[in-house]
Amino acid sequence: MAGPMKMRATLGGGGTAAAYTDVRVLMTHPMTTAQSNQPLHFIQNVTVKQNGKTMVEAQISQAVSRNPVFTFRLKGGAKGDKIEVSWLDNKGETNSIETAVA
Amino acid sequence: MKGLALLLLAFPLWAGAQDAKKEIEKYQQMLGEGSPAELWELEGEALWKKAQGPKNASLEKCDLGGGPGKVAGAYARLPRYFKDTDQVQDLESRLLTCMTALQGRDRAETTKRLFGNADRPSEMEYLVAYVVGQARGHKMAAPVSHPKERASYELGKKVFFYRAGNWDFSCASCHGEQDKRIRMQDLPVLSEPAGAQKAYTTWPAYRVSNSQLKTMQWRINDCYRQMRFPEPEFASESTIALTHYLAVTAKGAPYNGPGTKR
Repeated sequence: MAGPMKMRATLGGGGTAAAYTDVRVLMTHPMTTAQSNQPLHFIQNVTVKQNGKTMVEAQISQAVSRNPVFTFRLKGGAKGDKIEVSWLDNKGETNSIETAVA
Repeated sequence: MKGLALLLLAFPLWAGAQDAKKEIEKYQQMLGEGSPAELWELEGEALWKKAQGPKNASLEKCDLGGGPGKVAGAYARLPRYFKDTDQVQDLESRLLTCMTALQGRDRAETTKRLFGNADRPSEMEYLVAYVVGQARGHKMAAPVSHPKERASYELGKKVFFYRAGNWDFSCASCHGEQDKRIRMQDLPVLSEPAGAQKAYTTWPAYRVSNSQLKTMQWRINDCYRQMRFPEPEFASESTIALTHYLAVTAKGAPYNGPGTKR
């Protein structure tokens, strides 16, 4: 079973209409590299969705640390927007987290 | 002329040291902003509420000093004297007491794996992360009113300055002088409030280089190793006393852990 994730999404840029949404997400993952004597196990795909629409589709490598932290800045956004972040690793394991913009 | 040359030579060096210090602070701030320590807190909360052991009970009724089940702020008032065990206990030793008393587990089982590794963290590390996270923002107030607390504090102080081992080291050998650091790590003067507050309120901590959350008992254990002392027993009287001395010295500062270290 995949370990926990944690996410925070906040508005920035001031004014009534926010200029951007900052998303910060923590993931539990071993991110085992080819250098260790263990089977390769690392996140390959990270997807960020804003109200169901895919905003970021990232392909990452073994170069990313264990238990990685990512931050994204999305254009615009409003309070209550639904942000969803999911990952898929090379073993086909997956996990996702959803939060409303505060 | 000679004086001027020296001055010119000294200035860039001084400026370089200041820049390095600023850069280190920036790096540490960036680490702290997205700390995987929060993931340990989540795992720890789940373990805290999980029924296990022969009595199939959770730790939710564990008395950390404020009464059964009171977790908020409890860590800021530890170590302290507990009447039921008639001794001063830190968080880790208290958790072991609760595992035995509430869950019916035997000590050999609960102490089998106290320090985990990145691939397999220990239950203790998760639980500690959860409990200390619940004290964030609470002012440090470890008590020294009970005679046993007084004795523990005094013992801890003695341990701090006690020189021994192959290298004739004491805690104060590294933590007794201002403005010292090892590589990127500042060495706070732990016998003074400012230094103790800075250190104590950011431990336990997630260590980026180990990809793991380290407990205070681990911190003390590893300091003993670095001083080439014999390995202390987990949650022994001397490690609790040393923790107590540091906690009392850190009095008044808002707790800000679990922290993030290089």
